[in-house]
Formats: sequence, structure tokens, C-alpha cells
Amino acid sequence: MAEEMRIVLRNYGKIDPLKIEDYIAQGGYKALEKARSMDREALIEEVKKSKLRGRGGAGFNCGQKWSFAYQAQADQKYVVCNADEGEPGTYKDRLIMENDPHTLIEGMAICAYAIGATKGYIYCRGEYPHLVDVLNTAIKQAKEKGFLDGFDLQVRSGAGAYVCGEETALIESIEGHRGEPRFKPPYPPSEGLWGKPTIVNNVETFANIPVIVEKGADWYASIGVPSYPGTKVFTLTGDINNKTFFEVPTNTTIRELIYKYGGGIPGGKKFKAVQIGGTSGAFIPEELLDTPVAFDNMAAIGATLGSGAVFVLDETRNIVDVVTRIAKFFEHESCGKCAPCREGTARMHEIMSKLNSGKGSAKDIETLSRLGRVMSYSCLCGLGQAAPAPVLTTIQHFKADYNAKLV
Amino acid sequence: MKGYKEIIASYADVPGGIIEAYHAVQKELSYLPEEAIFEAAKVFNIPVSEAYGVATFYSMFSVKPRGKNVIRICESAPCHVAGAAEVVAALERELGICMGESTPDGLFALEFTECVGQCQATPVITINGKPYLNVSPAKVPKILAEYK
Ligand SMILES: Cc1cc2nc3c(=O)[nH]c(=O)nc-3n(C[C@H](O)[C@H](O)[C@H](O)COP(=O)(O)O)c2cc1C
Ligand code: SF4
Ligand code: FES
Repeated sequence: MAEEMRIVLRNYGKIDPLKIEDYIAQGGYKALEKARSMDREALIEEVKKSKLRGRGGAGFNCGQKWSFAYQAQADQKYVVCNADEGEPGTYKDRLIMENDPHTLIEGMAICAYAIGATKGYIYCRGEYPHLVDVLNTAIKQAKEKGFLDGFDLQVRSGAGAYVCGEETALIESIEGHRGEPRFKPPYPPSEGLWGKPTIVNNVETFANIPVIVEKGADWYASIGVPSYPGTKVFTLTGDINNKTFFEVPTNTTIRELIYKYGGGIPGGKKFKAVQIGGTSGAFIPEELLDTPVAFDNMAAIGATLGSGAVFVLDETRNIVDVVTRIAKFFEHESCGKCAPCREGTARMHEIMSKLNSGKGSAKDIETLSRLGRVMSYSCLCGLGQAAPAPVLTTIQHFKADYNAKLV
Repeated sequence: MKGYKEIIASYADVPGGIIEAYHAVQKELSYLPEEAIFEAAKVFNIPVSEAYGVATFYSMFSVKPRGKNVIRICESAPCHVAGAAEVVAALERELGICMGESTPDGLFALEFTECVGQCQATPVITINGKPYLNVSPAKVPKILAEYK
């Protein structure tokens, strides 16, 4: 298999995740010590300069986000880790937490120092009950060693709601409410958990922090594509020989992911499509495979990097069938707070099912396109806005599959 | 076995702890009885409608009685193309119930779920949160035997 570059998974397989001594022996918690010896503004400046951008899907500059929370005046601030990982086909955050929980804890502690937070939460999806124990053990060890002085860190469980990955829904859920997204602004760095300034970052984002502090912003910024530097963890599923994960620099192309790392399509079959970023991602055809995986490069082809899920379909797969399944997902996961999404996802699933059962007409495809366009700008949160992407991109790139199913 | 009152009371001081309390109640009872929702409303000092709203928002919570061992089958796209439908059929056949139902002896409940984050080995099912990987219809009887 092709060579990877492991930053967030640097300790994968090298340490016993439940032994803090192992982590320390690999240089763990040195970055926290260094960070705490730095001036807070200089620390945030360093993170900004590394150009680390959020790994949870939105790609916001991490240091910049931190600076908003740092500047906010409040008697209490919070650091929250988004470990909800609900995007189908994604398990990278689980890999990090399972194999190296201390890198996440260290990243969060550095953030807490930087913005002046004394409390933190890791919101771990309900589907990962075993990780709650791993994280609690690791937190206890870090406390005993004195690394968490002045930082109270707790784990909270989700309970099976994809929308709770959206940062304001996640905050609602920690507060013990239904996980319905809030109107933005205000954004969490000014008003988040219990109305206080809050940083929400993804697991993979936090896992990068200790290494950036240790090796410096310039080193990090020089890896991969300059506008979205560093590495990204990808999880490969579907019709692919190596159904596994890879951490690669962001200038890696989609083609390299599928063929060099993924080992290509099984059974000598031909490639048909790949959906990147999870179930809300675009479907990408063969001719766009030479695109680098970095955030803006993906955006330029109408796709998203998202969570880094890579779902490959071979020539025998029916796109309409797969997209119908995906449409059901969104109908089920829509929280129902806003009408365009609550109604839109239901209608989208209805029309896709009609097309998939061979009862649809060209007019239905037209309706789908219009519905999708309206949803993408009128829905309240990213769930409803992104839900039409698989439908719209497959109508764009794989129209033949739709046409073959018309009455 | 602890009663739901005792369980919920132990989360009274946890800010926003109602979801944790519900998880703990379900661990004992497999579902959230109406009395437990009333109790949670009292302990967390919120209207019953809100306590009920939380209970029904999250797919892992059930306000209806269900089998002790909750089997969830991932139907997200990667598991879908790997043959989740055949696993569904095998489970329904083996247990003699349909998706969404529980066995008459109260031992098993059968539910759909979306991705459970074990997509390196599709199709995936979980039983009481424990994942089973690369599940095929042939493997179903042996997996179920663990819980009988
Ligand atoms: C429907 C929806 C689901 C999301 N799910 C996740 C998730 O599972 N994990 C995550 O880190 N971010 C998720 N996000 C993005 C978060 O809202 C937020 O941007 C992210 O946690 C910020 O962290 P980052 O800047 O480190 O990426 C989701 C967004 C939406 C709209
Ligand atoms: S877009 Fe959908 S998920 Fe988001 S708030 Fe509206 S109904 Fe809820
Ligand atoms: S898609 Fe089924 S476990 Fe992830």
C-alpha cells in the first residue's frame, strides 16, 4: 500500500491508548506545557498561521475561531469537542479516540488555555458507548498527572440523531434539550453553551493541535495544499479493494485515494462514481477524479470534502437506487424545525422512490431539481441545505441512470 | 435492579443530565416508561411535554416497551450496497418478527439504524450497542445464540 503521512494518527498502533505513560513517552503533553508557557495571543496567532481548518466539514480557520472566543468577555467559557461523527461511511474520529484519546484531550486543554475556558465537554455519539469508558479513563489519568488543573472535562453521550453533529444542535443536546439547530448568528464563539462563549471543534481538528504547537505553524502550513494544509483522514467504503482508512496530505487526488491507496475496484469491474464527504456529499464522475481532496479544490468541482468518507460505486450499481436510500436518510434525520427541510426531504424521498420503482416521468426529475435548488438556500441548517446535493449531482452527472428508469 | 426513580435522582445535579438519565433508565428497562418521563420532568424541573419531547427526539430512546436485547441494523448507503437487506430478511426470518417489532418472549427488538461508524466491515448490526461486523445471513443464528 502507498505511503501515508500520519499526524493525527501518529500514535496509531504504537501505544496502549489506556496508558498515559505510553502517550507521554511519545512526547505527549509536551505541547500543552509549551502552550501554557506562551502568551495566549501568540498561541492563537500560531494556530491561525498554521492555517489549520476545521475537519468537521465546514472548513473554518481554527485559530480565527479561537480568537473570537478569546476576545469575548464572559465569566465562563467552554470548549466542546464534536465527537458526534454521524456522517454515514465515516469512522475517523472513532479511530482517533479509540487509539489515542490523549491527543484529543491535549488538544482541548490547549484550546481551553488559549481562550480562557475552565470547562469542557466531549459530545460522543450514542453509537460509541465503549468510547465513553476510554475517554473517561484517559481524562482520569490526565487529571492524576496534573495536566488538567483548572480544566474540568466531561463526556456526554448523544442518543442517535444525525442533526446533533450540527454545532448548535449539539449544544442544545448537551443542555438536555431536543437537538434542534439554533438560528445563527449569534455563533457559538460569542454565545454557545448555556449562552456562554464556546469553541466547538471536531475530534480530528483538536488532534492536530498538539503537533502544530510542537512543530510550529510553518511546518504544518507547508504540508499539502496551501489553502487547506495538513493531512486528512479518509475512510473508504463501498466497491473498493482496501476498505480501510488512510491519512494523507491534502494535495492527494481523489484518483490516488481510490487507486493508489484504495487498491481500485474489486472483481475487475469499472469505476462508476464516488461520493465524498459522507451522505450529503456530491457524487463525482470519472472525469473529475484528478481533483486534489483539499476543501477549495473540492468546492471548485461542486463537491465537498466533508468528513472524508469515500464511498465508491462500481459500474454494476444503480445510482437511482442508492440515492433513494440516501433520500430516506434525510427524511428520517430532518429535525422538523423548518418547513423547507421537513417537507422537502419527505417529498424528495417520495419522488426518488417513485423514480426508483420505474413509475417516474421526466417531469419528476425537473421537480426534483427545482425542489433541491430551493432547499439548498432556504433551509435553516446545513442538513437541509446539503440534503439535495446527492440528488442534484447525480442528475447532473448520471442522468442516464435516471432516464433508464422512466416510464 | 435499580428503580427508575433512583436512577434519575442520581443525575439530578448534572446540568442537562436528562439525556444521560434516560440512557441509564434504558440500560435497565430497555425503554422509557411514562412514569420515568414524569419523574424526569420533576427532577429536572421542566414541563412534562419537554421531557417527553426529549424522549421522542432521539432514535435510541423508545417510549414503547420493547425486547430486552435491541438489535439495530445499519441501513446507511455503505451497508445498503453491501447487502443489509439480506441481513434484515435473515433476522426477520430467524426471529419470526418484522422490523420495528419485538419477539413475544420479550428477548429481542428489531430496529433500523443509520451508520454506526463501523463501515470498514459492512454490513453491520449492533446488539445493545455492541457491533457485529461483516454480517451475512449465515452468521445470524450464531450471533443470536449469544443472547438466548
Ligand atoms: C447536519 C450536520 C451534521 C454535522 N455533523 C458533524 C459531525 O458529526 N462532526 C463534526 O465535527 N462536525 C459536524 N458538523 C459540522 C459542525 O456544525 C461544525 O461545523 C464543526 O463541529 C466545527 O468544528 P471544526 O471547525 O473543527 O470542523 C455537522 C454539520 C451539520 C450541518
Ligand atoms: S434544515 Fe432540517 S435539520 Fe436543519 S433545522 Fe431545518 S428541519 Fe432541522
Ligand atoms: S454505513 Fe453501516 S456502519 Fe457505517
